[in-house]
Amino acid sequence: MKAKFLVPLLLFFGLVGFLAFGLTLDPREVPSPLIDKPAPQFSLARLDQPAQSFSLKEMQGQVWMLNVWASWCVACRQEHPLLVQMAKQKIVPVVGLNYKEVRGDGAINARGMALEAETAMAIERARRWLTDHGDPYVLSVLDIDGRVGIDFGVYGVPETFLIDQNGRIRYKHIGPITPEALKDVLIPKIEELRRAS
Amino acid sequence: MIPELGHFALILALVLSLVQAVVPLVGAQRNSMALMAVGRPAAQGQFFFIVFSYVCLTWAFIQSDFSVQLAASNSHSATPIMYKITGVWGNHEGSLLLWAMSLSLWTVAVTVFSRHLPDAFLARVLGVLGMVSAGFISFTLVTSNPFERLLPAVAEGRDLNPLLQDPGMIIHPPLLYMGYVGFSVAFAFAIAALMSGRLDAAWARWSRPWTTIAWVFLTAGIAVGSGWAYYELGWGGWWFWDPVENASFMPWLLGTALIHSLAVTEKRGAFRSWTVLLAIGAFSLSLLGTFLVRSGVITSVHAFATDPKRGLYILALLVIVIGASLLLYAMRASKLTGGGSFAFVSRETALLGNNVLLTVASASVLLGTLYPLFLDALNLGKISVGPPYFEAVFVPLMTPVVVLMMFGPFLRWKDDDLVAAVRKVAPAFVASVLIGFGSAWAVDHVTWRTVLGLTLAAWVVLASVQLLAGRFKERAGASVGARLRSITAAWWGMWLAHLGVGVFIIGVTMVGSLDQHLDVKMKEGQHAELAGYTFVFRGAVDADGPNYDAARGIIELRRGERLLDTLTPEKRVYRAQGMPMTEASLDIGVFRDVYVSLGEQLADGAWIVSLYYKPFISWIWLGCVLMGLGGVFAAADRRYRRLAAREAAAAGQRVAASA
Amino acid sequence: MKARSKRLMLVGGGVVLLFAAVALVLSAFQQNLVFFHTPSEVAEGKAPNGKTFRVGGMVEEGSIAREPDGITVRFAITDTAKVIPVSYKGTLPDLFKEGKGAVVQGRLENGVFQATEVLAKHDENYMPPEAAHAVEQAQKAATTLSQ
Repeated sequence: MKAKFLVPLLLFFGLVGFLAFGLTLDPREVPSPLIDKPAPQFSLARLDQPAQSFSLKEMQGQVWMLNVWASWCVACRQEHPLLVQMAKQKIVPVVGLNYKEVRGDGAINARGMALEAETAMAIERARRWLTDHGDPYVLSVLDIDGRVGIDFGVYGVPETFLIDQNGRIRYKHIGPITPEALKDVLIPKIEELRRAS
Repeated sequence: MIPELGHFALILALVLSLVQAVVPLVGAQRNSMALMAVGRPAAQGQFFFIVFSYVCLTWAFIQSDFSVQLAASNSHSATPIMYKITGVWGNHEGSLLLWAMSLSLWTVAVTVFSRHLPDAFLARVLGVLGMVSAGFISFTLVTSNPFERLLPAVAEGRDLNPLLQDPGMIIHPPLLYMGYVGFSVAFAFAIAALMSGRLDAAWARWSRPWTTIAWVFLTAGIAVGSGWAYYELGWGGWWFWDPVENASFMPWLLGTALIHSLAVTEKRGAFRSWTVLLAIGAFSLSLLGTFLVRSGVITSVHAFATDPKRGLYILALLVIVIGASLLLYAMRASKLTGGGSFAFVSRETALLGNNVLLTVASASVLLGTLYPLFLDALNLGKISVGPPYFEAVFVPLMTPVVVLMMFGPFLRWKDDDLVAAVRKVAPAFVASVLIGFGSAWAVDHVTWRTVLGLTLAAWVVLASVQLLAGRFKERAGASVGARLRSITAAWWGMWLAHLGVGVFIIGVTMVGSLDQHLDVKMKEGQHAELAGYTFVFRGAVDADGPNYDAARGIIELRRGERLLDTLTPEKRVYRAQGMPMTEASLDIGVFRDVYVSLGEQLADGAWIVSLYYKPFISWIWLGCVLMGLGGVFAAADRRYRRLAAREAAAAGQRVAASA
Repeated sequence: MKARSKRLMLVGGGVVLLFAAVALVLSAFQQNLVFFHTPSEVAEGKAPNGKTFRVGGMVEEGSIAREPDGITVRFAITDTAKVIPVSYKGTLPDLFKEGKGAVVQGRLENGVFQATEVLAKHDENYMPPEAAHAVEQAQKAATTLSQ
């Protein structure tokens, strides 16, 4: 075996090293800057009773999840059956953050729309979607302009935050929750947090 | 039920591919005819089950069975039937299945058309192909099962990405995949030859037609893809140097080098280890392209469809396939030295020079594609490597390639006299430089790129004419028909493909230096001027389709008073995804395209309209057609069929003698 | 010609070619790399002046305005921390919308980013990676400050 014929193989392994490294750059592996920090405070109107608002304090003392969704979100439909199933099995309480229901939808031109009209439209659309697909949420809140989403560092929908008894974000799942992610990551983490208290 | 059948068929195909990967190889090692003979039926059975599985998936799409996850996310009940069928491969899972199916199709083609090959060699080829197939089918089954159920089913699907709802997208992926995957045959031949240690002219002759046909598919696939981008993306560009395009262009460059290297190996016995390396390299780049596109490592880090498990699996596949073959190469290549010797001035040198240049070009594309990833990995910042980099690298690299490409055929194999050869082509060369400067002069603004491009194009065309004339003169005295018949199909293939490069260069140069573009705000009745044409805006009307809402602009294209065409660009919004789309409208001509697309509507009812004048752009694809046609001619040369028949007869005699 | 000197010429030619190619690639990289900056970095003056670069972030709500010619568009790109005004002449991509991610390429002139290219290659469910990166960076900065 002559050394020079090994050159292509060595070059290839160098490349593989980089590619493997590239794979680890996957955004899901990068922890959110909010991990283990107190969740940003907010107070938003409830979808079921828009006159009432919801804030983080109400979930104090329990492990829960905040799931960011919208009716225009394609991937939400993919994870939704799983959320419904989780709700049936009472795995963990999930609060829905309905994110930019109207202005996030590329098909609607929300520019110039009055906030009242936009809110009414958002409520109507979001409620219909939950009626059609099932409502797995303890309750949902309306983030009409996406401010709360920005505070949480949401850059796509769906995203899910796992929050502990003290209101700290302990885990962030980007993209639709898959059965594997639920079984291998979320449920163990939930149990761990519950034991810790 | 039908999706489950499809899933089951795919599992059976995996089992058969494992059989095909193991049994014939063991047979070849032990010299057992019975074991070697298993390869062929295993490959054919595998093909049957994969096709069956594919049909089942297509059925779910046609029937709008939205209990199948894939159909629910990529189809819609109102989608036209054609796009229901093509929607099958308009996504990750389905395109993997298409990948596996084309590999299987190539394998079956080998079992059918290569009966004359020695049994042990064929057994090894099938074994290698079986291994690759097993890798891909298991990848599909483990990480990306296309038959995943969505229970309860949704009432309506999400529809296929509107960008993919286009006639070009019906044929682009299958052609591209046939090309990509087709290099697996050249690869399997090379590995089989390395295993047996028999890397001779016969091996090169056997793999040449396969490589050429794969190259033709890849050429056609890339050309159709670029044509699609041209009229579908709405702003008249035809090549973007984005990672997905580069992923198909890198194997094309190396494949081109491989075709030429194989020619030398067959005719002169030289470059053997280089040819093997290129065969491994071309297929490796196909796999790497699949990795880059499918793992999301480059294109869509934030696309939620990607799954890190997939990236890891395919990277492992890459390491096994490429790593093992390069290791085998390192162990065996030292035996491959020697072969026909040649002088510095010879056709071999010209071919070698172009081979090296094409390989370097391929490496520079790879580098440009991966560089942002490298920097990101080393935390040195986020960058993008755009067309300017690739153009800056490509023009200087391809210029000597084109010059050598037309000079090589004038040189004799083995040894030639440089002075005599240069004297032969000097008139054509000087004339092309004059033509280059002259015609660049005739256009308004002279740039060195225009001069260079036109000089090279003229050189290709003039040298081609001279080559043909020379070939014609060889048999002076014979009738024209006899003279034409004396030229082999392979020679015609070479001639056409090289001429195609010239035509391609004309298109690229002209459109690159002379195209014109204008964005205007237009109200009904208003007009605009561009490149001597008048565009009259006649307003916009509603033009809803089955699964989209659209506004259609009516624009008259006039030259002076004469009405040439009425263009109807559209702005569509696809209902299921609420996705807006620009549908351009073209007036296509031999010497120019006029291209119009609709921007947005302004508050006062006027529209933003983009007007483009694209001289000679269709020559880009005409050039690709000539290249592809050249490949077809080369692969169809009678020599291969005659040799196949002779070798089959010889094999028959051997069998008869041993009986 | 002797076999040895022929070999020498081939190898020598190869080495020269390789060096030329490497030099070519390096110089092409040198001149044509387009760096990416977040609006915060641009505001801090970290972006090169008079050189082409990219800025990514979200198109600020209510910022899109057209000049009287109807072709020139003004808008602002933000990473939620800082805002960069942008001017662009031409047709905007289909998916370009207020409140959505976008990447612009061009130069900074007198505090206004003169864009030659506007990209919005995403649908409603995610942003272009660079835009997402910018929002993420700004988010990081915001959380560091609040501590």
